[in-house]
Amino acid sequence: MASSYSAKEEDGHHSGSAGLGGAAIRTRKPDNTAFKQQRLPAWQPILTAGTVLPAFFVIGLIFIPIGIGLYVTSNNIKEIEIDYTGTDMSSPCFNCSQSFSWNSTTPCKCILSFSLDQPFESNVFMYYGLSNFYQNHRRYVKSRDDSQLNGDERSLKEPSKECEPYRVNVKPIAPCGAIANSMFNDTLDLFYLDPNGTKTQIPLIKKGIAWWTDKHVKFRNPPGSNLTAVFIDTAKPVNWHKPVYELDTDPDNNGFINEDFIVWMRTAALPTFRKLYRIIQKKNNQTPTLPRGNYTLEVTYNYPVRSFEGRKRMILSTISWMGGKNPFLGIAYITVGSICFFLGVVLLFIHHKYGNRNNSSDIPS
Amino acid sequence: MGSLLSACGINVKKKKVEEERHLRANDREFNLSFKYANNAIKTSKYNVFTFLPLNLFEQFQRLANAYFVFLLILQLIPQISSLSWFTTVVPLLLVLSITLAKDLSDDITRHKNDNHVNNRKVEVLIDGELKSEKWMNVQVGDIVKLENNEFVTADLLLLSSSEPLNLIYIETAELDGETNLKVKQALTITGDLGNDIQRLAAFSGEVRCEPPNNRLDKFTGTLTVGGETLSLDNDRILLRGCTLRNTEWCFGLVVFGGPDTKLMQNSGKSIFKRTSIDHLMNVLVIFIFGFLAFMCTILSIGNAIWEYQEGNSFIAFLPRADGANASLSAFLTFWSYVIILNTVVPISLYVSVEILRLGNSYFIDWDRKMYHVKSDTPAQARTTTLNEELGQIKYIFSDKTGTLTQNIMTFNRCSINGKSYGEVVDFAGQRVEVTEKTEKVDFSWNSLADPKFYFHDHKLVEAVKLGSPEVQSFFRLLALCHTVMPEEKTEGELFYQAQSPDEGALVTAARNFGFVFRSRTPETISVVEMGVPTTYKLLAVLDFNNVRKRMSVIVRNPEGKLTLYCKGADTIIFERLHPSSTKLMEVTTEHLNEYAGEGLRTLALAYKDLDEDKFEEWRERHHEASTALDDREAKLDAIYEEIEKDLLLLGASAVEDKLQDGVPQTIEQLAKADIKIWVLTGDKQETAENIGYSCNMLREEMKEIFIVAANTAEEVREELVNARKKMSPESGDEPPIQKSRLLGKKSQVLEDEKVDGEYGLVINGHSLAFALQKDMQLELLRTACMCQAVICCRVTPLQKAQVVELVKKNKKAVTLAIGDGANDVSMIKTAHIGVGISGQEGMQAVLSSDFSFAQFRYLQRLLLVHGRWSYLRMCKFLRYFFYKNFTFTFVHFWYGFFCGFSAQTVYDEWFITIYNLMYTALPVIGLSLFDQDVNDRWSFQYPQLYAPGQLNQYFSKMAFARILLHSCYSSLILFFVPWAAMCDTVRDDGKDIADYQSFALLAQTCLLIAVSVQLGLDTYYWTAVNQFFLWGSLSVYFAVTFTMYSNGMYLIFTSSFPFIGTARNSLNQPNVWLTILLTTILCSLPVVAKRFLFIQLKPTINDKVRHKVRQAKAVPLPPPRKFPRRRISTRRSGYAFSHARGYGDLVTSGRFLRIPVKTRPTLFPHSETPVADSTPQTYRTIFEEAQSP
Repeated sequence: MASSYSAKEEDGHHSGSAGLGGAAIRTRKPDNTAFKQQRLPAWQPILTAGTVLPAFFVIGLIFIPIGIGLYVTSNNIKEIEIDYTGTDMSSPCFNCSQSFSWNSTTPCKCILSFSLDQPFESNVFMYYGLSNFYQNHRRYVKSRDDSQLNGDERSLKEPSKECEPYRVNVKPIAPCGAIANSMFNDTLDLFYLDPNGTKTQIPLIKKGIAWWTDKHVKFRNPPGSNLTAVFIDTAKPVNWHKPVYELDTDPDNNGFINEDFIVWMRTAALPTFRKLYRIIQKKNNQTPTLPRGNYTLEVTYNYPVRSFEGRKRMILSTISWMGGKNPFLGIAYITVGSICFFLGVVLLFIHHKYGNRNNSSDIPS
Repeated sequence: MGSLLSACGINVKKKKVEEERHLRANDREFNLSFKYANNAIKTSKYNVFTFLPLNLFEQFQRLANAYFVFLLILQLIPQISSLSWFTTVVPLLLVLSITLAKDLSDDITRHKNDNHVNNRKVEVLIDGELKSEKWMNVQVGDIVKLENNEFVTADLLLLSSSEPLNLIYIETAELDGETNLKVKQALTITGDLGNDIQRLAAFSGEVRCEPPNNRLDKFTGTLTVGGETLSLDNDRILLRGCTLRNTEWCFGLVVFGGPDTKLMQNSGKSIFKRTSIDHLMNVLVIFIFGFLAFMCTILSIGNAIWEYQEGNSFIAFLPRADGANASLSAFLTFWSYVIILNTVVPISLYVSVEILRLGNSYFIDWDRKMYHVKSDTPAQARTTTLNEELGQIKYIFSDKTGTLTQNIMTFNRCSINGKSYGEVVDFAGQRVEVTEKTEKVDFSWNSLADPKFYFHDHKLVEAVKLGSPEVQSFFRLLALCHTVMPEEKTEGELFYQAQSPDEGALVTAARNFGFVFRSRTPETISVVEMGVPTTYKLLAVLDFNNVRKRMSVIVRNPEGKLTLYCKGADTIIFERLHPSSTKLMEVTTEHLNEYAGEGLRTLALAYKDLDEDKFEEWRERHHEASTALDDREAKLDAIYEEIEKDLLLLGASAVEDKLQDGVPQTIEQLAKADIKIWVLTGDKQETAENIGYSCNMLREEMKEIFIVAANTAEEVREELVNARKKMSPESGDEPPIQKSRLLGKKSQVLEDEKVDGEYGLVINGHSLAFALQKDMQLELLRTACMCQAVICCRVTPLQKAQVVELVKKNKKAVTLAIGDGANDVSMIKTAHIGVGISGQEGMQAVLSSDFSFAQFRYLQRLLLVHGRWSYLRMCKFLRYFFYKNFTFTFVHFWYGFFCGFSAQTVYDEWFITIYNLMYTALPVIGLSLFDQDVNDRWSFQYPQLYAPGQLNQYFSKMAFARILLHSCYSSLILFFVPWAAMCDTVRDDGKDIADYQSFALLAQTCLLIAVSVQLGLDTYYWTAVNQFFLWGSLSVYFAVTFTMYSNGMYLIFTSSFPFIGTARNSLNQPNVWLTILLTTILCSLPVVAKRFLFIQLKPTINDKVRHKVRQAKAVPLPPPRKFPRRRISTRRSGYAFSHARGYGDLVTSGRFLRIPVKTRPTLFPHSETPVADSTPQTYRTIFEEAQSP
């Protein structure tokens, strides 16, 4: 019989009847609003043959052309990939890959030659690609200090703890952290071998390879006109050959706002990735950017990947409205579109054969 | 110090348990030495200082909250932390603060109520004069003065009153739910004090009594006054919570104050009911924890392998902390993944479930179709956590009186001297159905007639007016032979307080036909006979009891003639008739059968003129017997038997026990919804059976109705087995029990057995007692569950609870109990859902119920509409909620294989933080608040729609497994499609897009759009609110994303928003949008195809009705079916007499008789409300409780 006691309930219904003595009798009748009575006007779609089947056909009809378009576009992109890791004895870079040490002062160079069967007409983008490199490992991704990279003076002197163990090397390291420390530092040069035997270096543009927001907002040098002075109290990352203020001679591409550095700092989502290295600008409409013929790639081999079985690649690629070469989307669209169409036919058949089960009012009572 | 402590809300535990209470009137110093609690009450839990710490402490005791604190601690360990602390803190804070706010507002209300009650004024005798004092300042030992209609301040010892014999009348509705007045009487020695303030102030009686306890019906103690020790019992005690009625004033001595009062001692915590979905959810949550551990183990094993194979050689670029090796890393990774994958057990699930249950409860409160105009009572969801279970009810246990019936009796037919009256006949002699329009008999010739009494047969009035002696005797008997109390406020305005409604109806009938019972004293009865005031001497009342089934009075009329008037059950009366009445008896029996066939309650009436000498002799022996010390009742019964013989039959009366509106229709609807209805009533078998027929439970179409009425256990068993064998000849002897073991709890479930055709079962109280014994329970349950309708008669409140418990325990079914009186409380509390009928008298059933409304017929709306919707919504909510969270989480699992199992997240941390709180919260709440498959009218049209709920079809372990698989599929799409699309891809200007941040943005956008589309597919009922929530949430997502990834946010909070520019740089890429489109289509297409296929091949009842609704959109619904009023064709004899014993004593002892006080302003406050005026007069049952021992 024990009921939860509330002091008010002692008053019971008598408090209610006390109010009835007054002239205005307030009833407790609930309001008649559509909301309270759950009568809100509503759209009540149901899956009928009239809506589902056309939807399948329409999706099929839309997806297949898109897929074909994507596939063709992707196929039209010209791309050449050259692996220069040098694990193979026959590779020109074999020696360089074997005799590696971070501290070696004499750069190891190797030269690879390749040829293009077809000319690359439009702008050509030069990428370096790494495989089996876990740029997305949690400890690796964390190991940076965005405040420092944004030019914050306090963080410059005292980098974030996340940067450990690349935080302090006697002096605070700038830029700190594992990402910066492992920056890709091979130099790639491209030469065109004219059929007449001359070797012309192809001009590689190194600016305009990073996101505008990264270059202008996310990365900033600490205030001060002389970068050397600004970074005087800092140490260079352990693996680096030069300090951060000597990455380039162009003051607009030096220090933290060096575009090669920025591109490296944008960590990849997957262990196999490519990063934009240089751009080969189209000169004029008459000649292709990279004519058909033989080329040599001169690599200054600094970056060790052999220890973790990584691969290094150089990629030359043109692009389209949908980015780089990737046939997946095109194939996927064509497949999904076809499946839709097929399903539509199957469902139509089933509906035709069994669909009347729903129409008859055989609701059991 | 003590007051300071109590002010701080800390209860100082009494070290010594009080063994005896000792107090002295008017001696505060003496009483204070015992440190008794004063009269202040405190139901609030916190005060200003303790609120925050206490509340937080309580909240952290909840498992979910504690789990999140545990996660938070994990996150603070840098080696483990895979997510920033805010991903846990923000949701946790939100949840904590919502609960905090709710508890705060609850407690403020309690504080207000406490203050309101504590600050009530009462007159207290202090220092020899009456002073107005606040309730909370009243101390034990104080003498207080109460006036009419005031609440009793504390538990008081009644000292004196304004009424003769020191009587007072109290109403105990708030305490036990009974609205009839009860009498308390003061001791003579204290009653003599009267209202003499001097003498009262000098009163120094000492009370020794029991310590505070919660027994409302018991009190033991002694009062010592001037050396004389008197014993005290419950009759002298006024309990807090009662109201003083019809008594000008009284004085009382405070015995227990505040928390010590019996009212407060009784206010324990009510049982916390949980729904079956709650239980299922608990099981699932445990399973989810296991699943979480499983996933984390796989990932940490993966991590160990990775660290061993790759990590060792990757040290050049990613050095390890000192001393870290693969196994340590794997261990840490396990916990890191526990953090990341914690979204499978989302904290917001519990909050959302509460919100939507609350919302659905409000819809019940707001429903105008469950609002009763006459009593101004809306439906009320008193428990807000049980709604979805309303959609799963399989068994309904209903009380009869006041629930199925109105507890209003109307005098309908009578048979006088072999002539039947009351039937309306047209000119051709055909029976006419009585409707509202039928002409009523005009009683204006009788100034004392009750205007609310209707009768349709003019012949009877003619007969009375013509002065037919039999007819006059008939009504004279009705006016004299009863125990009704009259109440005459103003001249000619009579009110009757009857012990049973039948009796009230009979006396009122007599009143209207010109035999007005006007007043009584212990010795006389005053009647106005056809306008002539007459006073009869009342010589004896031969009271009713369940064995005698009759009552008689012996009166002497003004002429000095002695007569015995007797009324009672026909079988009993017929046995005692004078042979001369044999012929009349035959005719009357015929009439009685006819009445019983119509479901009326009948009584036979007889009289006998007595011989003066014989009576004197009898009277002496009667006196002897009534003063006998042992075996008094048996002796009295024998004496009564002696004089109640050779009676002359007058006729028979028939009273209709009116059903509530719409009861048969409701029962038919519920039966169609495959809900089984058991009526548990205190009535006797015949009455219950009749009601069963008239309210459509028992039907003529039923193959057979079994009646179990045996006297020994063996016979009962035999009858049950026979019934079962008849229903299902192949049913075996062993009950089909399905045993299952779940989480260490053994459970037995009795399976349903197949029966062809419908059967009914009626079991009487005696047999039920046997059947409920341990070894026969299952037999009863098996047989009863095979029947469509079950009626148990003569059931005690305890048995009601036992029957409910029996079904609840052994059947995998949800039970609902509905009732209106205090005797239903036990069953209401036992059942999964308790429903109270409100708006009538008595609050007890309502107070202990989970839902309450005014009329039984609202039950169909509560179940078939609200319950069904609630269940549908809750299941949809859970299915969708688990889907969206599993999908969200599994993507992390797949990503683990591509990031070296390093517990790197796929999404931005901010997205993880607010995915559940903002982006997906409102749409799913909108879905689960507004969704309806078909509207209420169609729900009524097809009660079969209710069946999926009973079978747990919408959410079960199977459904959960399907969700798991579905999520698995979706997450595979949501990870691998973006993965493949972004592999080695660049932007349309050659720059990077396969970076981590762009990939995260792509994955989260795909996810959000895919789950939103899934929500759209689940929504049946698109209101503007749903549209707004869905589109709003998507827009909010993009707005928030662009804001968080903007330059401004980055420059202000550099380290918190590292995703700067990601949205701008990737969401303008066509291939990103093509990927989003592809994932969305891939996620939703199979769902659409599967659902369409099922609709085509195996449509559910739901699909069919929805299809029909679609077709019928142009054509309006058929009008609601008319239920023809059923006539019962077969004659069943049913003689009923709802009566209780024990009232005759009071009539003769005069304890209830009041001396009219002319100046008294209000005697019956309840009868002055407009509500009371507009309803026919009802009669309160005084000893309804006692009727069913």
